Amino acid sequence: MNKEKKIEFPGTGLSDADFKEGRVLTTRWKVDARYTWDAGVAIGRYLEGIKKGVILGVRCYKCGRTMVPPRIFCEWCFRNIDEWVELKDTGTVNTFSLCYVTWDVKRIKEPQIPAVIEIDGASPGMGIMHLLGEVDPQKVHIGMRVKAVWRPAGEREGAITDILYWKPLEK
Amino acid sequence: MGRRVAIVGVGMTKFVRRAQETGQELAYHAAKMALDSCGLHLGQVDGVVLGSAPDSFDGVHMKGEYLSPGAGAWGKPYMRCFVGGATGVFSVINGWYYVASGLFDTCLVVCEEKMSSFQPHAQAAFLTIFDHTTERPLKPNLLWIFALEMNRYMSTYGLRKEDIALVAVKNKNNALDHPCAQIADKVTVEEILKSEVLAWPVQRLDVSPVSDGATAVVLANETVARRVTDKPVWIEGVGWALDTAYWTNRDLCYPRYVEEAARMAYKMAGVTDPRHQIHVAEPYDPFDYKELHHMEGLLLCGKGEAPQLTVDGVTRRDGELPVCPSGGLLGVGNPISAAGLMKVAELFWQLRGEAGKRQIARKAKRGIAQAWGDLMQVGAVVVVGI
Repeated sequence: MNKEKKIEFPGTGLSDADFKEGRVLTTRWKVDARYTWDAGVAIGRYLEGIKKGVILGVRCYKCGRTMVPPRIFCEWCFRNIDEWVELKDTGTVNTFSLCYVTWDVKRIKEPQIPAVIEIDGASPGMGIMHLLGEVDPQKVHIGMRVKAVWRPAGEREGAITDILYWKPLEK
Repeated sequence: MGRRVAIVGVGMTKFVRRAQETGQELAYHAAKMALDSCGLHLGQVDGVVLGSAPDSFDGVHMKGEYLSPGAGAWGKPYMRCFVGGATGVFSVINGWYYVASGLFDTCLVVCEEKMSSFQPHAQAAFLTIFDHTTERPLKPNLLWIFALEMNRYMSTYGLRKEDIALVAVKNKNNALDHPCAQIADKVTVEEILKSEVLAWPVQRLDVSPVSDGATAVVLANETVARRVTDKPVWIEGVGWALDTAYWTNRDLCYPRYVEEAARMAYKMAGVTDPRHQIHVAEPYDPFDYKELHHMEGLLLCGKGEAPQLTVDGVTRRDGELPVCPSGGLLGVGNPISAAGLMKVAELFWQLRGEAGKRQIARKAKRGIAQAWGDLMQVGAVVVVGI
């Protein structure tokens, strides 16, 4: 092939107007798909713990890891876990974001603060994804100590949202 | 490692926000162009590999079957592969092992993506990647995981946003010379830092767009390759690896799975000193920090060192190690699987000296392409050389 030869590339880009004003033909469809997900054995027990205000982890004696979220097997050693353990409801911010866009792409003024929180009592680096609250977004930092804010006991339903969010741990 | 396998032809469509063509039509254009580029016809193709991302973009279940006529699969052994964003490079690996095994003499690899079908924005199609019980009730969006990873990366190594933004500047400017580019732009660091904050530290101009497009490559064994071209680009090494789906249990500051994939590919290619033996790189850059993250995972520099290489101009087209001379996902566009395969196509053109205005200044005999995907856990790597 000649180095200078001009290649014509196929593909026809449409403008937003082409689409919105119906200059090209389209067909619309909406999916209505409903699911019921089983929590499963390990996460089922995890959620039962959360309903009681306790965060549970699992331990593998072979690699020595204490893991959260719990699982029935150690994916490193590929064997059954050995023990269920109660972890603390405190932890350390491993990383976080200040998010100004919701899941359905709506803009928000006050950011949501998703974070990976390393749970006290689990092995170092063992975190879960959750939200931070009761905190000035500009003051959030990696390494910040936080504590779970629980939904009142009578209102819990055995869901990850029974923890409303995590707030800075008062010294 | 089996028989030698070469890339002998490539084709791609323009990458656009919304294509008039259907997915089948896009796949056809890319596949036909790839075959024409090396003078082969479909009858000479022994098998077809298709790469395409989640069915939810198109709303077509079993998209592989739907796309098959356009991909040239009629009456042939046909395999669809999918590892999220890593699909584009992983599809070449799939094609490689069919030819390397001796089963096929030739294999057509086609990657297609039509993200515009999803309304109003393809981002929402990603919601179902999060764990249905422990994560989705928190109403996450896809930006979260990138922002969490970027923040961890920046904080671990003390990196500055303005240095990371230089990647977007470089790639969007490189894309000005790519005839298929969707969002090529003479953007500046200031404009990137002033762009809308989506999920701090991620801002609008740190991010690649959603796109429609297709790319295809033709693979051949040595006999066929020598017959159809005097410039075969050999696949010297392939590697892929997966980290745990428990992504909150990993340190997001470093993509260990990319390193594992790279080590596998380097071993096969006989590369012992990637910093000197890799001459051009096309790491996956859906976000500006990801190019840096992946350069480190590919062992092209030390951990946390990639931003400085960018500041020093090493990764520019006229630099010592050009990175994403194509313009990358940030500039050319991101029709997921097609974007990964576009990186392989770019190496093909660069190594053959056919990249036109994008041609890198240095002499290059070996390049690396890498893509990344699933729940931030898959690395797919291909080392090619002449």
